[in-house]
Amino acid sequence: MTIIDRPTQTTTGRPGYELSPWERRFIGIHIFIAIVALAIGSLIGPLQALEYSNVDLYQYLEPVLKSYYQGLTLHGVLNALVWTTFFIVGFTTLTTIKGLRRPLSHPKVNVAGLVVMIVGLVMTAVPLLLDQATVLYTFYPPLKASWFFYVGLTLVVVGSWISGVGFYLTLAAWRRENRGVRSPFIALAGVINAAMWQIATLGVAVEMLTMLIPWSLGWIDATDPELARTYFWFTGHPLVYFWLLPAYISWYGMLPKQAGGKLFSDSLARLAFWMFLIVSVPVGFHHQFADPGVPQIWKWIHALLTYGVFLPSLLTAFTVIASLEYAARRRGGTGLIGWVRALPWNDPSVTAQLLAGILFMFGGVSGLTNASYNLNLVVHNTAWVPGHFHLTVATAVTLSFIGITYWMVPHLAGKRLWSPKMALAQAWTWFVGMVIFSNAMHMLGLLGAPRRTPLGEAPYVPEEWNGHLLRVSIGGTILLVSVILYLIVMWKTFRGPKVAAADVPEVPIAEALRSPQLTPVWLDRFKPWLIVAGLLVLLAYGPQLVDQIGNMNLNAPGVDFKIW
Amino acid sequence: MTTFEDEPEIDESSLNMGIDPWERNWIRFSVVLLVGFAALVTIAGFAGGFQLPGADSEVDPRTVATEGPWADPGVREITPGQFEAYVIAQAWSFNPREIVLPVGAEIDIYVTSVDVQHGFKVTDTNINMMVVPGQVSKLSFTFDEVGDFPYICHEYCGQGHAAMYGTVKVLSEVDYAAQASDTSTEPVEADQ
Repeated sequence: MTIIDRPTQTTTGRPGYELSPWERRFIGIHIFIAIVALAIGSLIGPLQALEYSNVDLYQYLEPVLKSYYQGLTLHGVLNALVWTTFFIVGFTTLTTIKGLRRPLSHPKVNVAGLVVMIVGLVMTAVPLLLDQATVLYTFYPPLKASWFFYVGLTLVVVGSWISGVGFYLTLAAWRRENRGVRSPFIALAGVINAAMWQIATLGVAVEMLTMLIPWSLGWIDATDPELARTYFWFTGHPLVYFWLLPAYISWYGMLPKQAGGKLFSDSLARLAFWMFLIVSVPVGFHHQFADPGVPQIWKWIHALLTYGVFLPSLLTAFTVIASLEYAARRRGGTGLIGWVRALPWNDPSVTAQLLAGILFMFGGVSGLTNASYNLNLVVHNTAWVPGHFHLTVATAVTLSFIGITYWMVPHLAGKRLWSPKMALAQAWTWFVGMVIFSNAMHMLGLLGAPRRTPLGEAPYVPEEWNGHLLRVSIGGTILLVSVILYLIVMWKTFRGPKVAAADVPEVPIAEALRSPQLTPVWLDRFKPWLIVAGLLVLLAYGPQLVDQIGNMNLNAPGVDFKIW
Repeated sequence: MTTFEDEPEIDESSLNMGIDPWERNWIRFSVVLLVGFAALVTIAGFAGGFQLPGADSEVDPRTVATEGPWADPGVREITPGQFEAYVIAQAWSFNPREIVLPVGAEIDIYVTSVDVQHGFKVTDTNINMMVVPGQVSKLSFTFDEVGDFPYICHEYCGQGHAAMYGTVKVLSEVDYAAQASDTSTEPVEADQ
């Protein structure tokens, strides 16, 4: 090993900056809303899974949920958009403040961001619950939802932009105060994610403002659905990195500390985040491999760039596992693989994130399959795809976020985690339920089962699918148990008695094995990376976008009745 | 404000990534792996002919059902063994609902939608397309096996989505000749 063993000096501000009561409450509101969204969304999930084996609970829920599709829309919007976005903005607020050891420089900006997000959430929720926006979380036109839905989602995104500006201003203020010092990793990484998100959401913003909102308000008659798909997937793929990078912040910058070790490579951790900034966006056509209206050459270019975005994830696999191995060996772990046993498996926060990471490896493999150009035709829009993203966003991301809340909620509330044993059971049931669920979904996809479909009532389902359909239902039921355990643990923790400060879990921040001061300056600069990111987007999207916008045909009005 | 005057001076030239040799090898391996995958799908796609749908042509979804081949959707034999099918997708059925072919038939399948987005995947084949109003989706395939191949709508299109499908029936030469003489016109005309 060529680790330069120099003592890690403090590179950040006031040692041991503690969150103020206001900051705890402010972050806590984000996390509270996120968990409520996760609760409602996840309780609806098993309804879909049970429908697969002909157990239709929707008929009993008729007054509340009108259809499978309304349930599926709520499940997708609440879990994939609301839970993630609110958690991420709250978590990034914490990593900014604790990473920089200073308060937000413009807290009013961040408050404004949260307020706009909440207004947007309410506007989105009303039509969803009234069955006026049963368009799934991709809202492809010309399925037409209430204009409230589009405006609401737009405001959620705008709110997250405003919060992102707040993070950026705070980092800039810290840099003025600490010239020549490398930005602390967890704070820098959070701001990189916010910047990536701002570039990425330009696509959906244009889709909303120039097409969907005017159309839903009756100002224009019809849409161009193919152009809408291109706008949507401009945002849709980097969206998954917006979810994933906060989990990576924890895996790189926090989990090693929780496991008793250090971050193996500060410079490669930073490099991975910069790579995500530049290659997350110009890859969206890999979601449109099966689309008409986009030439093969552009699909192929995006396929190549998608392989590029796998590289930082492969770097992450090495660095995170090396950090964990370092921790385990310090704890007395031995053997080529045997060191894994020495990790603190009795800590639910660690276990949840380790299990999330293990399933992410399989999610990576199925994702690589999706991205592989013509191979995509075997699986596109089949049950394989939800099988894949339940390993990624619903496990790598969600189970990691759940693991983070096992220290974060007690930290913010000044409490102790209620029943770590139940929390451990929650992590393991999630893991087991998801292995069964996602494996069955992948199998169904290979056999040709479509996604987004109540297969229990579909007339074309052959008998050979039945065993897999049953396993989807079993996996979904185990996941339901896991969600209920999680909600009990969170509720009991939240309602529990205040404990002495020494008993409240700390925010785990891992030191790097080598001083970040030795990391080259170019890994701490925004400008070159932002320029490269912009250029790549222009090259990879510019010509085809100009072509599609230049030939825009607003000729698809949809139908004049409520189609769901 | 806190400053860091106690921060040791670091010679800029001594800064480096500090990459561990094992990690350096892992990065090399990762790059080779990804370049290899990219080469394989490129060869399969552009030399092997396993291609994706592309930009075929555009139509007006409001009037397409009355125009040209779309006014009479179904399957036609262009030259012996060479077929084409025009399929209209609408909530919540395909027109036609059956495509009957002799084994070995090469077919170009064109699909478009007159209302919302749909999907078109023929089970056990590489035919998998989004069907988008205003666009024509096209893929070609050779059916080398006798049997039924359902084509299923795989994009949510409203309440009846789960019931939206059709079937490619691939018959032996003998059976195909027999049914072709049974029905002197188009094999099957779907209705609403």
